[in-house]
Amino acid sequence: MTTTPAWAERPTRVGALLKGAVLTLIALSVLFPIYMVVLTSLSTQETVTRAGGLVTVPGELSFAAYAELFDGGVVTRSVLVSLGVTGVGTAISLSVTVLAAYGLSRPGSLLHRPMLFLVLLTFLFGPGMIPSYLLISSLGLTDSYWALILPGAVTAFNLVVMRAFFMNIPEEVSDSARIDGASEFRILWRIVLPMSKGVVAVIGLFYAVGYWNSFFNAVLYLNDSAKWPLQVVLRQYVLQGQALVVGQSSTATIAGQSLPPSLAIQMAIVVVALLPVLFVYPFVQKHFTKGVLIGAVKG
Amino acid sequence: MLRDTVNTGPAGDLTSPAGTGAPAKGSKTGRKKTDKPTGTARPSLGARLRRDWQLLLMTIPAIGLLLVFHYVPLLGNVIAFQDYSPYVGIADSPWVGLSNFQWLLLDESFWDATLNTLSITVFQLVFYFPIPIMLAILLDSVVRPRLRLFIQGIVYMPHFFSWVLVVTLFQQMFGGAGLISQTLRENGRRGIDIMTDPDTFIALVTAETVWKDAGWGTIIFLAALAAINQNLYEAAAVDGAGRWRRMWHITLPGLRPVIILLLILRLGEALNVGFEQFFLQRDAVGRDAAEVLDTFVYWRTLLTGEWSYGAAAGLVKGLVGLILILVANKVAHRFGEQGIYKKS
Repeated sequence: MTTTPAWAERPTRVGALLKGAVLTLIALSVLFPIYMVVLTSLSTQETVTRAGGLVTVPGELSFAAYAELFDGGVVTRSVLVSLGVTGVGTAISLSVTVLAAYGLSRPGSLLHRPMLFLVLLTFLFGPGMIPSYLLISSLGLTDSYWALILPGAVTAFNLVVMRAFFMNIPEEVSDSARIDGASEFRILWRIVLPMSKGVVAVIGLFYAVGYWNSFFNAVLYLNDSAKWPLQVVLRQYVLQGQALVVGQSSTATIAGQSLPPSLAIQMAIVVVALLPVLFVYPFVQKHFTKGVLIGAVKG
Repeated sequence: MLRDTVNTGPAGDLTSPAGTGAPAKGSKTGRKKTDKPTGTARPSLGARLRRDWQLLLMTIPAIGLLLVFHYVPLLGNVIAFQDYSPYVGIADSPWVGLSNFQWLLLDESFWDATLNTLSITVFQLVFYFPIPIMLAILLDSVVRPRLRLFIQGIVYMPHFFSWVLVVTLFQQMFGGAGLISQTLRENGRRGIDIMTDPDTFIALVTAETVWKDAGWGTIIFLAALAAINQNLYEAAAVDGAGRWRRMWHITLPGLRPVIILLLILRLGEALNVGFEQFFLQRDAVGRDAAEVLDTFVYWRTLLTGEWSYGAAAGLVKGLVGLILILVANKVAHRFGEQGIYKKS
């Protein structure tokens, strides 16, 4: 199905070919590295050795790397930590953001302006790394998972996007419920939220991805390596392991056993870090193009 | 740094304009609304409290979190004017005036980091900034909706990968043991290691940024393209304008306000080039090439325990950034563009 308008000239053959080639190249630049990493993680040791590194042509396949990773040990634990932090963090962030976005969606309400000002001012000036660190340690949150959740629990950007969406809902919709004596909480839960599934999904994805990808907060606030989330483990055993260690002494205990981690295992860690994003993304992607964000941008 | 937790990229920057514009606009319409039932008099405080207490209650958790985790540490920046020691605490640490700032301005490594940061900003303005625009025009020209949605889905995706993951993938492709070196060696040549070369580092980080965020950056331009009146294209075509002329005279002018807006935002963020990307690669390429202002704060403070000094550096960066964004906005208004804060 093409929708080329009648007045437009037919694309030339060369032009069409060129455009197709460029688009294919762009798509491949994203897909090919992922394909290679997934394939290598699923390859047997012999296939990896024969390829001399990353596998590009499928050979013999095996799930050995994953079996080893999830056999307990550092990676298994870090996946659980990341899942837990992502789950709890997203639930908290999304609830707090939805509530505040609705609470701030009626201009003229009590304290509306000063509270909105407090939110918006965070755009202009960040508190800085050192004072934040000192706050976390004086609150006794060092080595606590709460240090990965609370500092970034509310993002002004997400709050403003959601608020803009709520404000675009015609007020007549909730007015009738209000006349019937429904509480604000009830209106939010029963009327506003069901109309806002798209924006809630997108903001939820933003928060979830933020928590799943959270790396530096963990480096800064968690000294105990047993508590490391997956991203830190990924850096330690794949990124640095490869750059610094030739012999695999430091990575020997990776799966809780003294087996040297193969390239397949390293790539399996990458895949595990990638998988939740790849898995959740398609369900939310359609909302990006549906103008959830654009509506907010237009304000 | 903490705002990086949920890095919303270029699109993220964009909503701040609308948002920051909202209070003035919103309060006007809001007052009108509240005026309606009671005539000209504003309802009493008690009446407003009775009417709005639920809304207040809903907003309190978010405001509380922001106060504790944003505004309290903001005040904590006073240690930049102290000789702070964690054992003594903020209340009892001696005040030293501006001496931390004096030391900072005499610190060569601070200026090196500043120079690196600004070079990266300029480099990315030239080699990153136009790419989402070109990509958006290309995507917009794909007429089959399903194919277009498919490609959009692919190019948006890397935005959601962590920096650890992106740097790891780049290492697997371009590192000393990566695919490129592997292929070169198979063909009897020497392998190359782009990941540890300080000379090409600036191109490397820009390539990483393009791979991760250029696709996501098209969203705003695609919206602007969709808002261009299609009749203009038809009229121009009827008048004999070819596709390139139409792009030059219709498409680009249509994108101009968005391009200017994003340019201002980027200039205002000139000192922010991202933290994790550089933190992760600093060891591999060395301090000389990879030290930016944010990593400077981290390493200076962590290696030496000079909290006050680190806070001073952070404060200088924050203040200069604030001034930059305000000035950039002013300049935009002067040139008749919308700017970040709407005047309406």
